[in-house]
Amino acid sequence: MSLARKLAVIVATLTALVVLNYVFEYGFGDFQINPYYARIINLIGINITLAVSLNLINGLAGQFSIGHAGFMAVGGYTATYLTVYHGRQIAAMFGSTPAEPLGGSIVMIPSLLAGAAAAALAGLLVGIPSLRLKGDYLAIVTLGFSEIIRVIILNIPAVGGATGFTDAIPITNTFWIFAMAVLTIVITRNIAHSTFGRALFAIRSDEIAAEAMGINTTRYKVMAFVISAALAGIAGGLSGQLFANPLNPQNLNFVKSIEVIVMIVLGGIGSITGAVLGASILTILPEALRGFDQQFPGLRMVIYALLLILLMIFRPQGLLGRREFSWAWLRPVKRRAVLG
Amino acid sequence: MASAPVLHVRGVTMRFGGLTAVKSLNMTVPRQALYGLIGPNGAGKTTVFNVLTGVYCPTEGEIQFDGTRIEKKKPYEITRLGAARTFQNIRLFADMSVLQNVMTAHHLRTRETLPDAVLGTRRHRTEENDTRDRAMELLKIFNLERFADEPATSLPYGSQRRLEIARALATQPKLLLLDEPAAGMNPQESLDLMRLIRWLRDEMKLTILLVEHNRKVVMGICETIQVIDYGEEIAIGTPAEIQKNAKVIEAYLGGG
Repeated sequence: MSLARKLAVIVATLTALVVLNYVFEYGFGDFQINPYYARIINLIGINITLAVSLNLINGLAGQFSIGHAGFMAVGGYTATYLTVYHGRQIAAMFGSTPAEPLGGSIVMIPSLLAGAAAAALAGLLVGIPSLRLKGDYLAIVTLGFSEIIRVIILNIPAVGGATGFTDAIPITNTFWIFAMAVLTIVITRNIAHSTFGRALFAIRSDEIAAEAMGINTTRYKVMAFVISAALAGIAGGLSGQLFANPLNPQNLNFVKSIEVIVMIVLGGIGSITGAVLGASILTILPEALRGFDQQFPGLRMVIYALLLILLMIFRPQGLLGRREFSWAWLRPVKRRAVLG
Repeated sequence: MASAPVLHVRGVTMRFGGLTAVKSLNMTVPRQALYGLIGPNGAGKTTVFNVLTGVYCPTEGEIQFDGTRIEKKKPYEITRLGAARTFQNIRLFADMSVLQNVMTAHHLRTRETLPDAVLGTRRHRTEENDTRDRAMELLKIFNLERFADEPATSLPYGSQRRLEIARALATQPKLLLLDEPAAGMNPQESLDLMRLIRWLRDEMKLTILLVEHNRKVVMGICETIQVIDYGEEIAIGTPAEIQKNAKVIEAYLGGG
């Protein structure tokens, strides 16, 4: 793409997101979006960021990390801390307050940047020593890391400790959520389609051969880990400031990490579009099944679990496998020549 | 420095606990040589290979490659210095296409940086095209361009071995280390391979060190052959000398 076309695409995307955000906040004419649906759509956006970023390390590089909630927590708490304690000054520079839409959106920028930087630093600190480990061992270290983060946060009164960060100001809006989801998809896709993506695929496929081809495997694993952590930090910053009191150490335990893993496994591990699909389905499904709870309380989660089990029996590689969704699939099928 | 040997091994010993797999081995591989390393099963050939390519760090001794000490270097550093290898048991990137396998190995010669890739800059595009062109050229040399988009593991065995050599060449090496390149090939395939190896040395000005079981291949193309048994050198010389060497015959056929 030429620079002019690239700029045009960026401007068009941003305009579309601003319009979307306006409709979500103020409606369009007589139309007002159901706040419940708006909330689910916003959660889908955040989960897409989480799933696609985890896919970078678990899918593309093939390193099994179950500490994504830890990075989300580091990013979320850092971002929210900045907004709560410095948001007013930052917004005041533009003659606004964080509670107003404009002021909130302006504060969002340094807030998310700080969250991403803190999570990236955490990723670097955990990644350098632990990415020499493989398979289950790496999984255990990343799990341990996220639990350590959770326990530390539990003991910091300035961010609310066990009661959660109740001072958080809800400045996250649909614009920022989907801008970050798009950014995450673009970054991950561009890495996957470059020499760095091939290096990660090589590591996933055969580490010894990758190293023999001149690929510094530890360096690239750490690189993928740091980028993945930074993006998870952004998702944390978004979800941490979505409602009045969403940041709670209890919600950022390993169950959250597993939730994100299930999203990418469902969509097809290693597929970016698969991660988007998995994140969307697994955000909608528990809500769509709510009707069952009115007849038999608890039935919802039974059906949810059954659907996941059935999927793993009949499609263990996930919905898309390692392939990427392509519009060509929707066109009438052309017969391909059989290759000899 | 044109006359200096590419590879210079001095007193390299490799012990695994109580087992001495390689015992004070010396080796001098001149530039653009076709050097063969042979020996019976379990003689330590592959261990020598793994020591030379940085998979193992030798217990004792020193290795000089092109004037640089490499015995403590990691495999990717040695590849960067210009020594590329193939594997005895083929290690292609199974979930990639034939073309991608070769493109991957071009990684350390690209000037693309991570920001280039993320932002999709012009340098990303030119480097990507350049990588693809070079990879296609290599596939053409190896007669594999028809299969460029096929999965690497769908190729017949002999072609997979050639693809491994093509992939090693994409790292732009000075020294090519081939670990049993003719293993599992039929006579016609190994004949083609011999021709190819000689061509690589002559046309691409490579130095080639090969470990091989197939006597025809080794005797047919190598100028110098070093024979090891139980990790120790038992003979070194031209193919004609090696064929007559009593120790070698004993090692291969078993002494009385």
